Amino acid sequence: MKLSVWTYEGPPHVGAMRVATGMGGLHFLLHAPQGDTYADLLFTMIERRDHRPPVTYTTFQARDLGADTADLVRQSARAAYERFRPDAMLIAASCTAELLQDDPGGLARALDLPVPVIALDLPSYQRKENFGVDEAFLQITRALAQPQARSEPVTCNLLGPTALGFRHRDDIEEVTGLLSEIGVAMNVVAPMGATPADIARLPAAHFNVLMYPETGESTARWLERTHGQPYTKTVPIGVGATRAFIAEVQELTGLRGAPGEKRLRLPWWSASVDSTYLTGKRVFLFGDATHVATSARIARDEMGFEICGIGCYNREFARPIRALAREMGLTALITDDYLDVEAAIAEAQPELILGTQMERHIGKSLGIPCAVISAPTHVQDFPARYAPQMGFEGANVIFDTWVHPLVMGLEEHLLAMFREDFEFNDAAGPSHHGGTAPQPAVAPAPLPDNVIWLADAEQELRKVPFFVRGKARRNTEAFALEKGVSEITIDTLYEAKAHYAR
Amino acid sequence: MSAAAPGPGCTRTPVLRERGQHEVFCGLTSIIWLHRKMQDAFFLVVGSRTCAHLLQSAAGVMIFAEPRFGTAILEESDLAGLTDSHDALDAEVARLLARRPDIRQLFLVGSCPSEVIKLDLARAAERLSALHGPHVQVINYSGSGIETTFTQGEDTCLAALAPTLPEAGDTPGLVIAGALPDVVEDQMLRLLSDLGIEDVGLLPGRTRDNRPPLGPNTRFALTQPFLGETHGALIRRGAQPIAAPMPFGADGTTEWLWAIAREFGVPRDRFEAVTDAPRKRAERAIAARADDLAGRSVFFFPDSQLELPLARFLTRECGMRAVEIGTPYLHRAILAPDLAALAPGPRLAEGQDVERQLDRARAARADLTVCGLGLANPLEAEGLVTKWAIELVFTPVHFYEQAGDLAELFARPLRRKVRLRFEAAS
Repeated sequence: MKLSVWTYEGPPHVGAMRVATGMGGLHFLLHAPQGDTYADLLFTMIERRDHRPPVTYTTFQARDLGADTADLVRQSARAAYERFRPDAMLIAASCTAELLQDDPGGLARALDLPVPVIALDLPSYQRKENFGVDEAFLQITRALAQPQARSEPVTCNLLGPTALGFRHRDDIEEVTGLLSEIGVAMNVVAPMGATPADIARLPAAHFNVLMYPETGESTARWLERTHGQPYTKTVPIGVGATRAFIAEVQELTGLRGAPGEKRLRLPWWSASVDSTYLTGKRVFLFGDATHVATSARIARDEMGFEICGIGCYNREFARPIRALAREMGLTALITDDYLDVEAAIAEAQPELILGTQMERHIGKSLGIPCAVISAPTHVQDFPARYAPQMGFEGANVIFDTWVHPLVMGLEEHLLAMFREDFEFNDAAGPSHHGGTAPQPAVAPAPLPDNVIWLADAEQELRKVPFFVRGKARRNTEAFALEKGVSEITIDTLYEAKAHYAR
Repeated sequence: MSAAAPGPGCTRTPVLRERGQHEVFCGLTSIIWLHRKMQDAFFLVVGSRTCAHLLQSAAGVMIFAEPRFGTAILEESDLAGLTDSHDALDAEVARLLARRPDIRQLFLVGSCPSEVIKLDLARAAERLSALHGPHVQVINYSGSGIETTFTQGEDTCLAALAPTLPEAGDTPGLVIAGALPDVVEDQMLRLLSDLGIEDVGLLPGRTRDNRPPLGPNTRFALTQPFLGETHGALIRRGAQPIAAPMPFGADGTTEWLWAIAREFGVPRDRFEAVTDAPRKRAERAIAARADDLAGRSVFFFPDSQLELPLARFLTRECGMRAVEIGTPYLHRAILAPDLAALAPGPRLAEGQDVERQLDRARAARADLTVCGLGLANPLEAEGLVTKWAIELVFTPVHFYEQAGDLAELFARPLRRKVRLRFEAAS
């Protein structure tokens, strides 16, 4: 039993819904009590979908438990088939139905419906949403993919994008464009947008592009093993990663088409002198492993930030994040408890958080700006405009997104110079954010008993701009402790500043 | 103006009872407002990752002040041995209470999985009350989807509180049951006070020390139509119910107040003096939206059990025509005054088979379709104008001063439909 307030991932059947909802021609029968239908609103509200997810819930109630819930599965499966006439059906149990052990997959197969019936085993008390996506996609592919000859032109499949994915809609378009410029045509994009007939055609492609390892890796591996299709290992998020991805595809295919970089702006935007103020800004990264790993490279190599903390919530992908952390001299934070993440961020006192919507709220309560780089998704992660993360346009989008929460270049200097101006001070915050600085809602960590701040030093500390004040406080206290100083004076503050200066 | 005569209205309208897929929330969802209403209470759901995911998704946004609710997520090991899961629960509760010493009421909320594995939370509540009492009282109720729908979670919570309320003395008292926004509650208490009815008990109280006393000399009225079990639990404590239509709109509020005033011997002229000005304000506010609503048809999908009283408000006070009124559960004893005041015509439906109901809604093509969040955008995409029902539960809508706001909730989608234009500008 684990007490949880907010979760990064939903249950595995929500993952299976993301697959079914992204696809066409598929219907999902979920053995579940009333109330589990809340998951529909994730798609209709957060993603603003104009269709209901293709899901039928058996909706058993307490009074059914003594009777025959198995019969309810049979009836619901038949009725759903009759009404929706799908090309294939997906069947699974949610957490409560799993306890009933009705074997919905077996029951539905016994109905002998005239379409493939694919049963999923989703262990709700062990696994989570990403597993559900990965497993549903794998089982659908295993059931439907047909051995066949490779297509005449060089084609590939895009694997991994789903409904409710973080910027999947626009990543597909961006990656499709890159591939087309290299000379690779698209065979199938799956699961998003694919029908069961499209899944059957997956083996016609020459290779697979694994867009999101979290949701497509099992399928990519299975296709490699069973149908001899290699898959790409580079996720093209960031300038360097996109160039590496292009090279990988050229290597795989022997094609030499090179995507133009005319629209790529990140390198110059980052190199131009206005961006000097970004140098060495301390950032904390947290999210799903793929987005964290790619963001780490962008943050360090393409933005010139310093990474002061890194971690991911999906334990299945902890290994590469641990390795990356070691390379940076850090210890990776692998947890799905957002209170742990909050504590780690409070401890690290970064100047910018690159995280999920959870970290955005943590940032709000700690007074630290945050840009969102990863699922879990929120209605704000489905912008009306084109906003990919992948490819060259994705790099441009990322530059803008990450810089936006910060106080910009000269404004930062002016705030430092005139901290006590009655209108233009750090309580007013970045001028492009409507004049309100994020104010820490949480009191700073209590001081060790044997150190106190003298009033004038405390006053001086308030003149340090808010985005580095927490760090200055912590460093000064650590310095005082180290030197055995019990009273922090203005001198102690500046001694500490000199001590920690790079 | 008088309390609705026990005339027919929709009293004898046959009810279409359906079972099939229910597109509704489970009772856990009511924790979203209950945990803000009761300021020293914590709601600990004993359930699965799905329960936790529902709670953070249901409100549409995350409420990021540290919420006074959480989910003890059952894991594989808890399913293996129930003894161990009780130990694990005790440990989680001890940790929680140590971290939150301000908590004085702890609700152990049952869920679908906890009920299916027969985890005895009533026994756990007794054990934990003995352990952490008297400072903390531990109470159990069910918010599970196999037993409760959306607002029924508030009902089972308040019904579980009823036996724990202190005994009232001999003086006649009044208890009002139903969680209301603080501002609305204050308006209601002001009105009752102006009528000369003081010391009104509120269920739920804002804190444990504000629990209303209860006994044979207590009369009680409901502000929400979904409090069926609470109604029964209060009667079992000897309290006497006051039947009234729900206090929505000018008429509903007046009739609700008059039903109470009569019980407490308030003279008619005093009643008129107190209610005249706010009633006229409410009527004016409703009239301001009448152009958008009058003559339009409305179709209700089942959601919160507010559907029937709201249909009464929309048809009687706003001039709308109800086509179908779906409700998760129709409690006849509580809704008798509302049913009587509802003109015959609409189809009444209890329970749900969402696919069939969608067929009926598409055939009816009402001017306004009131439905849940899972259906609203898909129906809009089909060209219907919708009002998402959850907003009716999350917005102050009761009593005179909110009557205009209530009408506005229904009028706004209709006005928006007219306002938006995307054809080439000329």
